Amino acid sequence: MSEAKKESLFSKKNRKLITEPLNTINPVTIQVLGICSALAVTVQMDNALIMSIAVTAVTVLGNVVISLMRNIIPSRIRIIVELVVVAFLVICVDQILKAYVYDVSKSLSVFVGLIITNCIIMGRLEAFALGNKPWESALDGLGNGLGYGLVLIVVAFFKELFGSGSLSIPGLGKLELLPDAFFELGYMNNGLMLLPPSSLFIVAIYIWVQKSRNPQLIGE
Amino acid sequence: MAINRESNGYTITFAIIMVVIVGGLLAFVSMSLKPVQQANVDNEKMQNILQAIGISETDGISRDEAGKVFNTYITRRLTINYNGEILSDKSVNDPIDSKDKLDAFNIDLRKEYSKFIKPIMNKTKGNPDLLIEELKKSKDIHFPIFVCENKGEKYYILSASGKGLWDDIWGYVSIKSDFKTINGSVFDHKGETPGLGSKIKEDWFQDQYIGKFIANDNEFTSVDVLKPGAVLNEHQVDGISGATFTGVGVQEMLKRNLVVYYNFFKGHPEFSANETKEEVIIDTTTTDSTLVSTTDSIK
Repeated sequence: MSEAKKESLFSKKNRKLITEPLNTINPVTIQVLGICSALAVTVQMDNALIMSIAVTAVTVLGNVVISLMRNIIPSRIRIIVELVVVAFLVICVDQILKAYVYDVSKSLSVFVGLIITNCIIMGRLEAFALGNKPWESALDGLGNGLGYGLVLIVVAFFKELFGSGSLSIPGLGKLELLPDAFFELGYMNNGLMLLPPSSLFIVAIYIWVQKSRNPQLIGE
Repeated sequence: MAINRESNGYTITFAIIMVVIVGGLLAFVSMSLKPVQQANVDNEKMQNILQAIGISETDGISRDEAGKVFNTYITRRLTINYNGEILSDKSVNDPIDSKDKLDAFNIDLRKEYSKFIKPIMNKTKGNPDLLIEELKKSKDIHFPIFVCENKGEKYYILSASGKGLWDDIWGYVSIKSDFKTINGSVFDHKGETPGLGSKIKEDWFQDQYIGKFIANDNEFTSVDVLKPGAVLNEHQVDGISGATFTGVGVQEMLKRNLVVYYNFFKGHPEFSANETKEEVIIDTTTTDSTLVSTTDSIK
């Protein structure tokens, strides 16, 4: 019986819920949602990683909670209900960050609170969780959270590497990747890479690469 | 389902129950994480104070470590008011009680500025003499002093808070027992522009203050922030290009706050009794001229 259950838990359809948002229906690059924070919290790798984890946690939990409540939510106030659930989860995340990873919480500052307004979350609640069972909703939330995180981390990788010449990876600290000899030869960190606009360039290049690898994504 | 989910009654009941549950849960989360969060905030403050001393033992100290060794280095905590009267005087043996609002450690620099000083500054805009007068009258403004003893040397950690370009800035400055040589500094900010004004947090900016003098022989001068690249004397440091207003803010807050400490130490020769007694001159005219020089700067 457990065999049969496992099968249904990770059936091909369910696996797609996780894999598709990573690529063909990526929330950031294809649906262009959640761009705001993708531009702002990508200056350092560790911040981007924590932000991705936070958003993934909120999408998964939000999707599950709304999915469990989908049959009792009055349809006239469903957006308000979704908002309250998301706000509750985000405040919890914010409080936990403040208590256990204080430095990260300081550098993410308002962006944790702004997860509430991240379109990916409300979008998934509205589009998926209200009409699907909790398990599928959890997978969908996980997939979209990871899809968002993937873009965030790729952007942060290039921004930090070219902007400050280092990579800050949680647990390893700040790694100075470029040797000093480089700088002596006249190489300079690109200050623009630390500012939000550079994320747009990187996201655009990301979309370009992604679309050329997936021709079916290219419109008429 | 028997209940009509589209009725007003159901909608309202649902909303009420949901809000009560969520509110209760949030209160629980907030209460249960409060002690850990407060410890983080306190440790960070201790870290800032210890780093500001400018001695090698506490340079680059981590936040957790700072909480543990704070009392080994900080031996006395004083709170004074604008007129230099001592409001609270705690030794290392008195534990920090978060309910004792006058304990120097519990003085919230940002609150001091935004709640008490800013309204007075707004009221007396363009009239520096009146500003000093009003500041003197105010009973609410507190100035903390932390005394650090290390290897027979005494350091006094003073604080300052003011406004940068966007939001509050604050910092700690430590002076040696001659009451004019700066031995270390730490600045922090709420929302200065990343990459520009936020650089006041960086070592190169803070280290410039080491060895500068907040006063010459018997007159308060403060330390000014100049445009980068200027020739500097011992009362000036380089500013940050692209962040002129943050620099102006740092200069203004140091000038407004440090003069209080300077006058306090002048009026309390017992602080310097062991080392530099002969240098302390209590002279009312000097104090007056100090005030005039401050008022010039506020203009």
